[in-house]
Amino acid sequence: MKLLNYFRGEAFQRGVHPPSRKEATADRRIRRLPYPPRVTVPLSQHIGKLPHAIVKVGQEVVRGQPIARADDWLSVPHHAPVTGVVEAIELKPSARGPWTQSIVIRAHASATQEDLWGQPRDLDSATGADILQAVWDTGMVGLGGAAFPTHAKLSVPKQAHVHTLVVNGCECEPYLTCDHRVMVEDADDLVRGIRYAMRATGAVRTIVGIEDNKPDAVAAVGAAIVRANAPEGVIHAEAVPTKYPQGSEKMLLMALFGFEIPSGQLPVSMGMVVNNVGTLAALGRLLPRGQGLTERVVTITGPGVARPGDYRVPLGTPLKFVLDHAGVEATPGLDRRQIILGGPMMGQAIASLDVPITKGVSGVLVFRHDDMVANDNRKTYPCIKCGECVESCPMGLNPSTLGMLAAKREYDLMGSGYHLGDCFECGCCTYVCPSNIPLVQQFRVAKQILRERAAS
Amino acid sequence: MGTVEIRPAPHIRGERTVEKIMLNVVYSLLPVCLFYIYQYGISALASMTVVTGACLLTERWLVKTGTQSGTLADYSATITGILLALTLPPGFPLWMGAVAGFVAIALGKGLFGGLGFNVFNPALVGRAFVQAAFPTAIATYTPSFLPGRFFEFIPSSLAWPLMMPADATIWLKEKHLDALAGATPLAKWKFEGVLAGAEELITSLSGHMAVGPSPLLILACGAYLAFRRYLDWRVPTAILGGAGAVAWLLYFFGPGHYPNPFFMLFSGGLILGAVYMATDMATSPVTPRGMWLYGGLIGLLTVVIRYYSGLPEGVMYAILIGNAATPLIERITQPAPFGKGVFGGARKGASYPLHPGYISREEAGAVTPKKRILKNKPKADERRTPNS
Repeated sequence: MKLLNYFRGEAFQRGVHPPSRKEATADRRIRRLPYPPRVTVPLSQHIGKLPHAIVKVGQEVVRGQPIARADDWLSVPHHAPVTGVVEAIELKPSARGPWTQSIVIRAHASATQEDLWGQPRDLDSATGADILQAVWDTGMVGLGGAAFPTHAKLSVPKQAHVHTLVVNGCECEPYLTCDHRVMVEDADDLVRGIRYAMRATGAVRTIVGIEDNKPDAVAAVGAAIVRANAPEGVIHAEAVPTKYPQGSEKMLLMALFGFEIPSGQLPVSMGMVVNNVGTLAALGRLLPRGQGLTERVVTITGPGVARPGDYRVPLGTPLKFVLDHAGVEATPGLDRRQIILGGPMMGQAIASLDVPITKGVSGVLVFRHDDMVANDNRKTYPCIKCGECVESCPMGLNPSTLGMLAAKREYDLMGSGYHLGDCFECGCCTYVCPSNIPLVQQFRVAKQILRERAAS
Repeated sequence: MGTVEIRPAPHIRGERTVEKIMLNVVYSLLPVCLFYIYQYGISALASMTVVTGACLLTERWLVKTGTQSGTLADYSATITGILLALTLPPGFPLWMGAVAGFVAIALGKGLFGGLGFNVFNPALVGRAFVQAAFPTAIATYTPSFLPGRFFEFIPSSLAWPLMMPADATIWLKEKHLDALAGATPLAKWKFEGVLAGAEELITSLSGHMAVGPSPLLILACGAYLAFRRYLDWRVPTAILGGAGAVAWLLYFFGPGHYPNPFFMLFSGGLILGAVYMATDMATSPVTPRGMWLYGGLIGLLTVVIRYYSGLPEGVMYAILIGNAATPLIERITQPAPFGKGVFGGARKGASYPLHPGYISREEAGAVTPKKRILKNKPKADERRTPNS
């Protein structure tokens, strides 16, 4: 009840509570997928500039070997996910739609999933700059979904001073459990990764924020912290009340520390760096071995999946292969389905099953047509001004008025008078709207048009 | 693999729909209607049926001719009809009720473009029209709980269109009930200086009073709606609080001249207006702070109109003025976006209450906020164990 929240002190203001639907996968161990016959590694898997390929067609590559080199600071290298032969370097479909330059590798039939490439290194005496370079070499990007290069996130601007590393283990999207399983199973890797990240940023303490619907993850991370006996700082595992969209770093900082990051600024301006648990757990495993990122944990679930679970998937695995192994039902009559990369609130429905799993994909959801019919059949009414969206927008915007302005194509006014730029498309307003108005979609269009106007 | 479908995110939706909201409002109004019919008998039932029917027919016609959005299935015209009937006197001539219903939907809603586009509460537009058109008929109340009310119409109900309705006082005299005057408690206070008793006002059960539906019942039904979050609790709270505060101030400084605030709150249509009329979603502000302002304005205007104008009742005009002010109120009460607010201070209940200068709980000597009722939160000392 909203009334109670006035007295209770909320994690952050507003937000929504969608049904979590995590039961199907939350208690299953992470499993491995076999190699597909072919992997497709797009050069563009992250925010920033493209790396360039350093292998040739016909060349033999070993799992873990670098196949693309980053020349720009805002770019990351890629590593071969499988041992095999480079078959082609050509345009391939991507999740976003446009075809992008990709390296296609045909896997050797008997290839092992052990990482064969890589030089173990001693990082206990390494400086922050050495660790940053090592992070860059792994090709790590934010595994929570944003896919921002991790080394750029961990490097502190000259004038700033970082005192706290915040680790985001909220996983507030319904259905997804990959971060949850990583925290339970790879907590020691996570703590090791945290210590590297603290050294790289100069932070003196770390707070791992975990939503309280994952008590086993809080306990596992807490136990790992005790085991690690962290000498160089204090690491806490902190349960925060469950609420969507807490996985947004501004919301998590609000929940943990109770202040708002000023609009237009990054947490680093407050002396904080936020990283995803999956990212740091992967760093904790890869850095000491000197290996590159060749696989990630992906939640494959949804009503249309027979064997839901969290799978360790080699990067570049085509979606069709993944879905076949997770047992997507092929019952006649149920052949119309929707496949979503990411979570149900912000994830993207994809049009092609040839799309590969990339570094930023945290989940694959399969909905049958019947699951979506209820939404399709809902009638769209004009805005009745019930104010539900205003009470759910975590950014404190007025989606009702913004939606009406969008319908009138008043995009400039939306940006200048109603703070459209602060919207991060979490989908809360559309989720609660009783009139079934596609508000977020309107805002995406408006933001794109404003970007184009600003560019021209 | 078959067909792959594409839809924009979010791919899941909440439970709440327009139909569900409207239907719940209709359900919550049913007890009020039943009590009203119990009070006034067959005339009230006929009035309610005719007014609601007129609203639905008008809506159907306007939707069919394409001049307004929405359908009959959204139940909004049903709500308008029921509310309009509840604001009219039970013996209101039926043909005038039909006119009121037609005007409410056609002028109050259809003219603006239908559901969600109307500026004024349609039920009140209809009532304002008939108040101007038929001033005598709308001021003629008959006492409640008359004997034989379930079998005999109040004669004015059955007036022919465009004919003078039968005089209710003659009818009452024939029934030897002429001791009971047909004025509402508010009119009695305004024109005769007679105050009605508190429990009579609250329950409407004391018999032979010319009042509308019971305020207590309306409050209970409104509380159900507010609890299910189908109406915003801020608006009624602000209206009743505003009206009560102003009335109490006036009573405090001039107890002989003004009635007590309790009478002010529970007489007339204030409760019905505050709970069901002013909370109409389309005509009230969407911003939380705007709702407080809007409610306060309506409360203040109600008292001012009742005390200082020629009319005994002011709720209707207060709400219509509030409706007109809604776009302006919204404009000055836009919510402060995250990170742009004036109050950037630390929120209470944070796990690590910090200011941007940052002092952790351990370093600052463990200043933990004591009052925390967060669910599923371990106690502070349990939580700190994993530290080394």
